[in-house]
Amino acid sequence: MLKPWQAALYQALLVMTSLVMLYPVVIMVLSAFKTTGEIYSSPFALPDSFALKNLATIWRETRFLTYLGNSLLVTITSIAVMLASGTLAAYALARYAFRGNEAIYLFFLAGLMVPLKLAVIPLFIELRALGLIDNRLGLVLVYAAMGLPSTVFIMTGFLRTIPAELEEAARIDGASEGRILFRIMLPLSRPALVIAGIHNAVPIWNDFFFPLVLIQSDHAKTLPQGLTVFMGEYSTDWGVLFAGLTLSALPLTMVYIALSRQFIAGLTSGAVKG
Amino acid sequence: MLLTPALLLLIGFVTLPILSAFVYAFYKWQGLARVGFAGFDNFRLILFQPPFSTWTYNAFLHNIVVFVSLMVVQNGTAFFLAWALSKQLRLHRFHQVSLFLPVILSTVIIGFLWKLFLNPLFGLVNQTLIAIGLENWAQPWLGQPSTALASLILVNAWHWVGFPTLVYLAAMQRIPREILESAEIDGAGEWMRIRRIVWPLVAPATTIVVILTFIGAFNWFELPYIMAGLEGAPFHSTDVLGLYFYRTAFGTVSAALQDFGRGSALAVLIFLFILGISAWWVRMLRRREIDL
Repeated sequence: MLKPWQAALYQALLVMTSLVMLYPVVIMVLSAFKTTGEIYSSPFALPDSFALKNLATIWRETRFLTYLGNSLLVTITSIAVMLASGTLAAYALARYAFRGNEAIYLFFLAGLMVPLKLAVIPLFIELRALGLIDNRLGLVLVYAAMGLPSTVFIMTGFLRTIPAELEEAARIDGASEGRILFRIMLPLSRPALVIAGIHNAVPIWNDFFFPLVLIQSDHAKTLPQGLTVFMGEYSTDWGVLFAGLTLSALPLTMVYIALSRQFIAGLTSGAVKG
Repeated sequence: MLLTPALLLLIGFVTLPILSAFVYAFYKWQGLARVGFAGFDNFRLILFQPPFSTWTYNAFLHNIVVFVSLMVVQNGTAFFLAWALSKQLRLHRFHQVSLFLPVILSTVIIGFLWKLFLNPLFGLVNQTLIAIGLENWAQPWLGQPSTALASLILVNAWHWVGFPTLVYLAAMQRIPREILESAEIDGAGEWMRIRRIVWPLVAPATTIVVILTFIGAFNWFELPYIMAGLEGAPFHSTDVLGLYFYRTAFGTVSAALQDFGRGSALAVLIFLFILGISAWWVRMLRRREIDL
């Protein structure tokens, strides 16, 4: 049993840590409503008013919505491609015995350890040859491929746990292979699909490195990349800067607060034994 | 066949590029074109020919500093936070969610946010120090070589500490209660139980945390790029291999130094170093898991 003073000590440690984590975020959000002068003179105070002036500036004068739309488009498309192709592959690996099964599985797993950033020069040359530089489709292909090893790992592991009797019963009832996959296996795999999806969607949504190399035109930039343009343009207007940071952090933060359990499970999956 | 789309994607955009980097490193490049075989020249330049080699070792040293500091500051903190969380005190769920919040945010957001906070005149850090009477401590954190790298490391620790914490927490929650309780009955104090029971039993989590921190530290790019710029300002004091690689591959203001050949050679060396050390470590740490 924990002695009361020990419990108090641990609680104090945790409260202090939560403060250290949340205080900067709270200051960021408060500063988003302040004028630059207010931030300089009274950094800790509540803003004079919760006017949306800074947000309006971003809305009117920057391409925030374009960047946001690009990030949504790129993330959703690459996750869809990744989950579709990864699940089919995992299904083949988990449910059918064939020559080379184990070798192909290991080939996918090897991709887990590869820091793909280091292959960016060949990727650049390859995508240029395909006419996919400065093209969002290029990003989608790279991201989908990058996410495949973890998807195959998570999905194969999960599909192997589904009892064979289910499949056999369906087969006896005359269900086709496609029907078994789409009507039985996929609905049962929903939790694993969510884990694999989140595990890859968050790093893709947040990625800055590949757009930095592969995208040049402003209209094709993603949110993290657009943010660097914007931070340069408004470098002296701190109110607008904090508003931009707050707006950029907002979408994922809201989803995270609603789905914190799935986010934590998804992002630490692979590092934590089920 | 079911495997075809996935295999095509993986081979086309992961396997082939990685293998190509090994080939490209042995060629002479002019811009985007290969202009001749170079043998080991690119490697020689990076490893033995100043100024290139000077930059390589300067950056490499910083990567090591980053890795070691993160192991102590970030992962050490994470271990104790996980232990505190595992007590399931009131609000533990809230603490867990707030600890993990920065982990889900883009390094670009975190980097810019802390760059503003560390501003010498109007930044939150110095303003806070002045407000609590420590004005002597206020300084240009990112502007002087003595504090710039340390500041970046602390920002990184703030950003990621939630990750190792939850990895450790999951491991601690799997320790059977009876073991800890019987140790307590035998008179083992809290510290004794942490050292003799918890630490050895979470050894697999430590293996994962060490390897992930190592790979992360040697791929460090986005945070120094945002906060210190492509040259690792001030005076290359925050330069790391990631920045050096990017400068070599895609150039800077002084574009004359851009070279795909040397860039590929650098990528190959970093790649082999990460893979070699990780593989060796996994074996060592696995053996340690069994011994403990």
